Amino acid sequence: MDIIVCIKQVPDTTEVKINPETNTLVREGVPSIVNPFDENAIEAALKLKELHGGKVTAITMGPPQAAEALKTVLAMGVDDVILVSDRSFAGSDTWATSYTLAQTIKKLGNYDLIICGKQAIDGDTAQVGPGIAEWLKLPQVTFAVKIEVNGKIAKVERLLEEVNEVVETPLPAVLTVVKQINEPRMPSLRGMMKAKKAEVKTMNAAAIDADPKNLGLNGSPTQVVKIFTPPPKGGGEILTGEPNEIITKLIEKIQERKII
Amino acid sequence: MLDYGLSDEQKMILELIKKIGEEKIKPVREKLDETGEFPWEIMKAFAAADLCGLYIPEELGGFGQSVFNFCLATEEVSRYCGGVGVTFAASALGSTPILLFGSDEQKKKYMPDIAAGKKLAAFGLTEANAGSDAGGMETTAKKEGDYYILNGTKQWITNGGEADTYTVIAMTNKSKGSRGATAFIVEKGTPGFDFGKKENKMGIRCSATRELVFQDCKIHKDQLLGKEGQGFIVAMKTLDMTRPGIGAQAVGIAQGALDESIKYAKERVQFGKPIITLQAIQHMLADMATQVEAARALVYACARMIDAGAKNYTLPASEAKLFASDVAMRVTTDAVQIFGGYGYMKEYPVEKMMRDAKITQIYEGTNQIQRNQIGLALIKESARK
Repeated sequence: MDIIVCIKQVPDTTEVKINPETNTLVREGVPSIVNPFDENAIEAALKLKELHGGKVTAITMGPPQAAEALKTVLAMGVDDVILVSDRSFAGSDTWATSYTLAQTIKKLGNYDLIICGKQAIDGDTAQVGPGIAEWLKLPQVTFAVKIEVNGKIAKVERLLEEVNEVVETPLPAVLTVVKQINEPRMPSLRGMMKAKKAEVKTMNAAAIDADPKNLGLNGSPTQVVKIFTPPPKGGGEILTGEPNEIITKLIEKIQERKII
Repeated sequence: MLDYGLSDEQKMILELIKKIGEEKIKPVREKLDETGEFPWEIMKAFAAADLCGLYIPEELGGFGQSVFNFCLATEEVSRYCGGVGVTFAASALGSTPILLFGSDEQKKKYMPDIAAGKKLAAFGLTEANAGSDAGGMETTAKKEGDYYILNGTKQWITNGGEADTYTVIAMTNKSKGSRGATAFIVEKGTPGFDFGKKENKMGIRCSATRELVFQDCKIHKDQLLGKEGQGFIVAMKTLDMTRPGIGAQAVGIAQGALDESIKYAKERVQFGKPIITLQAIQHMLADMATQVEAARALVYACARMIDAGAKNYTLPASEAKLFASDVAMRVTTDAVQIFGGYGYMKEYPVEKMMRDAKITQIYEGTNQIQRNQIGLALIKESARK
């Protein structure tokens, strides 16, 4: 089975800094890594390939330096990688990004499954995977914690807040995976040497037959008005004493604040 | 650190081991030391990262025969844990006899699995009464038709019980003395081949050290390595080639202790300031760093000389092992001193490093034997002038 995995290069930090003037992420001086959930997606794809054969292709949309992220997953054992890069992609929101990736996938053809990480650790939107499914008119199953493929059907267990849900979907489909699904493998020496020599294929807007009105900042309906770090939540107050005293104190506090 | 002009491939080897070291060795080394549990999970990670075939030619599934790359890897592994380091290195010790003296069939049969990390190897030379004096060996191999019958016990064999492939030296003709020994490849599971108890050691505790027990163990003549009577040559040539690896293990342990010492000296505050600001500590660190670098330079130079095709390298190989292991003992002892009372506690990593370092002065030829070898080589060299 042929699997396409969409990955994103993200800053290696959970403490993302925002440029207050442009409302975009500050990337300067922060080393880049492959989005951790996308490494889970790669691992899931490689495991399926080990079971069912086929080919794993990783694609990413980004500036030329995003090729490094593709080399990282090549070293993990991915067969082929494609960088989708064009100046006209700059400023894409999740709508434009999912359109661009979907166009690339259409152009590549020959796929049984598309896997994404559940979200990127920088923007945290979790919208691009589902967006790709919509553009391609494919079924989507999000938050996968277990994937079993049987012929043209995938049985997927979803990790939800209270329960896990098992659903079946015909293939091709788009799945997004959570980190609990697996432990991404380490790169190997052979993989790293292959990655070093590999030339990353690049496709631009023309190569994916993209409609310019859907691309980049102009094709992005999302307008970011403001990004800010919310003040940390207060520590709360713990009442101590005998149950009777605590209840009296609690009722006083509730009345004081006119909650009821 | 000196610039040793490492290639991209060599930098990748270090990068991979660093990743495995930080993620898989560091978090468990204290526990492995306490329980003595064999580090299979870590060995599997080395296998998956293609790190088991660094000294094995490409046609046998490795990354090209390179003593240097093997030393580089052994050093970096040992920086995290000396016990894991020797486990990694002992497989090379066990399979080098096959590389050096094996027939094409033997190499094709055994080396690819070892290169892929699917199987480990071990080397059986030492016995209870044959340590430094290998000539005192009592294990015998008696020829009967197409077979040899092995009887006797090998002692303190690293990877014993865990390895699948063993190279074992036994006496085929005691009356011929050192020319009466022969090397064999023995597979785990061969009837008559069993293992003694796992030794409870001072250091390198997660490595497996066991007896190999042979009781009428029948070995086909195809399993003979080299020629009958060549056993000591097999052992000596093997040890010459793997000795820099022990030097590398020692350098790694010492570097690990230096890393921890610098980190601690920056954090530990006494007299109102971090102790690294004290000249007494700085001078200790300076001596440690200088010794580690000198040992590394000697090990690397020796490994590169072997890789360049030198015929005789007994002298530098012994010097590298001798110097690096003495450095490891001194540097780890100083590391414990810098940590003070904390260094003596098992909660901190340096007392383990000190215990791990001690063995490098003892095994693969005690440092006294190395000095004998070096002395002998000096006499030989001066006679040639």
